[in-house]
Amino acid sequence: MKIYVPMDSAAKALGADEVADAIAREAKSRGIKARIIRNGTRGMIWLEPLVEIDQGQGRVGYGPVAPEDVPALLDGKLDSLGPVEEIPFFARQTRLTFARCGVIDPLDLDDYRAHGGLAGLRRAAAMSQPDIITEVTDSGLRGRGGAGFPTGIKWKTVMEAEAPQKYIVCNADEGDSGTFADRMIMEGDPFTLIEGMAIAGLGVGATRGYVYLRSEYPDAIRVMNEAVRIARQNSVLGPDVLGSGRAFDMEIRMGAGAYVCGEETSLLNSLEGKRGVVRAKPPLPALEGFLGRPTVVNNVISLATVPVIFEKGAQNYADLGIGRSRGTVTLQIAGNVRHGGLFETGFGVTLGEIVNEIGGGTASGRPVKAVQVGGPLGAYMPADKFDTPTGYEEFDQNGGLIGHAGLVVFDDSADMLKMARFAMEFCAVESCGKCTPCRIGAVRGVETLDRIAEGDMAATELLTDLCETMKDGSLCALGGFTPLPVMSALTHFPDDFACHKEAAE
Amino acid sequence: MQVNAPAPTAEDIRAIVAPLASLEGPLLPMLHALQDSYGHVPQAAVPVLADMLNLGRAEVHGVISFYHDFRDAPAGRHVLKICRAEACQSMGANRLADSTLRKLGIGWHDTTRNGAVTVEPVYCLGLCACAPAAMLDDRVVGRVDDARMDKLLSEVGA
Ligand SMILES: Cc1cc2nc3c(=O)[nH]c(=O)nc-3n(C[C@H](O)[C@H](O)[C@H](O)COP(=O)(O)O)c2cc1C
Ligand code: SF4
Ligand code: FES
Repeated sequence: MKIYVPMDSAAKALGADEVADAIAREAKSRGIKARIIRNGTRGMIWLEPLVEIDQGQGRVGYGPVAPEDVPALLDGKLDSLGPVEEIPFFARQTRLTFARCGVIDPLDLDDYRAHGGLAGLRRAAAMSQPDIITEVTDSGLRGRGGAGFPTGIKWKTVMEAEAPQKYIVCNADEGDSGTFADRMIMEGDPFTLIEGMAIAGLGVGATRGYVYLRSEYPDAIRVMNEAVRIARQNSVLGPDVLGSGRAFDMEIRMGAGAYVCGEETSLLNSLEGKRGVVRAKPPLPALEGFLGRPTVVNNVISLATVPVIFEKGAQNYADLGIGRSRGTVTLQIAGNVRHGGLFETGFGVTLGEIVNEIGGGTASGRPVKAVQVGGPLGAYMPADKFDTPTGYEEFDQNGGLIGHAGLVVFDDSADMLKMARFAMEFCAVESCGKCTPCRIGAVRGVETLDRIAEGDMAATELLTDLCETMKDGSLCALGGFTPLPVMSALTHFPDDFACHKEAAE
Repeated sequence: MQVNAPAPTAEDIRAIVAPLASLEGPLLPMLHALQDSYGHVPQAAVPVLADMLNLGRAEVHGVISFYHDFRDAPAGRHVLKICRAEACQSMGANRLADSTLRKLGIGWHDTTRNGAVTVEPVYCLGLCACAPAAMLDDRVVGRVDDARMDKLLSEVGA
């Protein structure tokens, strides 16, 4: 009998370690021969700790399981969720990037291989550099870190740059509220990121890579370090990647708690040991990146999606999606929502479907008021925008952005003026300080919102002007996009800004 | 954490950071290593690092002060981080933070009088689907309510 208990941080945060201990103890005292496997999460966070038992007829799920449920669980008396992969939330997905997450033992390379792992790298190792780039370009993959820049074009620039040393840098700073896909894949299927980075290295001619991983993720750091060690031991990394005669190796580096270090040039400064201030572009990191060398900077999900593109072919990936958004979007459904978690599906599903059908509405049972999509720099979308399909251009046309595809649901108790104030406050706390409209503007923004809260409606005009200045005068999207949540809150929820006046009068 | 240990010497510091000198971009790993050993980045480290890495002292100091993680003085015996970001707010994080701080009688970044715990704000722990979230030292906790928080606080003797 195999028993799976996730070691993902979200599962641990809900008691998975205690459940695993209780199962081990109880199984031992009963003399049951059970192998306990600590898998990643399937992404159905409302069911965590989600225990799966496999007695040879497939994996049956139970959850959420508490330590006191364990005796009943082993007696076969606990209500089951049925076969895990038939749970509607899971069954509806198209899992490519996350195909193995929650399925395999994250640190078992054989298990990884048995589930299609390394097939992509093996194929890439037999391809020429331009062919590797073409495959990525043909897949239509765009950066999942926020900006949606075509990955193939970025790689081509780095491939064509002449330099004695090039780098692959993985952006694992994942600072956006409502996002956890990077963490989930690093904890649940770390080899897929390593494989993706190795393919990138072979493609552009980079022999060294770094993962810049935020310090708020100690579990992911531990898993990634261990995975790199195992990959090295098995020649997935090293001087002779899978016997190809080509070299690629990588290291995990820990961030230090600065949100702005998710911005790629700030990240590179930080990796070099400097203050994480944003660099002006040009030069592009693709030409002058880490230590001034040509560097691919890609998000975790962008890189972790590369193996399946090589395993199944670019066309297979490009066949999914809508418009210029090809392949799958790895939605992270969060906040005040009944069924929160990770949902991977082809681009095109609408916001309303995600929130109401997939997410099941709010956790509180109250009406949905707004959904912030794309992190702290993303817009608050009201219910009348729920027909917006997930697609980079489609969201843009509706005044929003997809960003890293995190969605935070708010019920009708949310005060949008407070959320707007928080956006400004966050920008003030996290600004790298380089440009005045961001550094000073955000502080003014907080003050202005406080005036509005006190009933000074004339201040809304001031706020609007301030947002224009920040938008136009900021070097990066921290200062440049903070106006988006602020103005969307003001535009779509004017009552929250006006009622304070009435209350004050 | 050696809160009452004597101030480290330049020698002590060099011993900790020297193995990292061959890394590309060694400063952040060095600062993390020092904070791991001492619970903060000791003042005495600045000249040593400046010397080793051929940087000005002001530059090293500038790096240390840029990042939220690095402390110039030791924290309490435990560090409790409470998430303040949007997803956690949608599930009552503000209320939770207020009542926690009120119970402890301290503000953000402060340490309880008995030295048991320092409370810090954090902006997202990647636990946004089981909000509100907190982290006690390296241990993550989801769906934190008052009862769960009380349990954590009593565990660390706050
Ligand atoms: C303030 C700010 C924070 C950012 N944070 C992240 C982040 O945490 N992770 C990420 O992948 N990209 C982040 N980005 C986007 C990066 O600058 C960059 O576009 C991305 O790493 C490129 O990778 P991709 O093309 O694979 O998306 C951020 C950008 C800004 C302006
Ligand atoms: S907009 Fe803000 S964070 Fe971005 S470069 Fe300017 S000051 Fe730095
Ligand atoms: S917003 Fe609190 S854990 Fe993400």
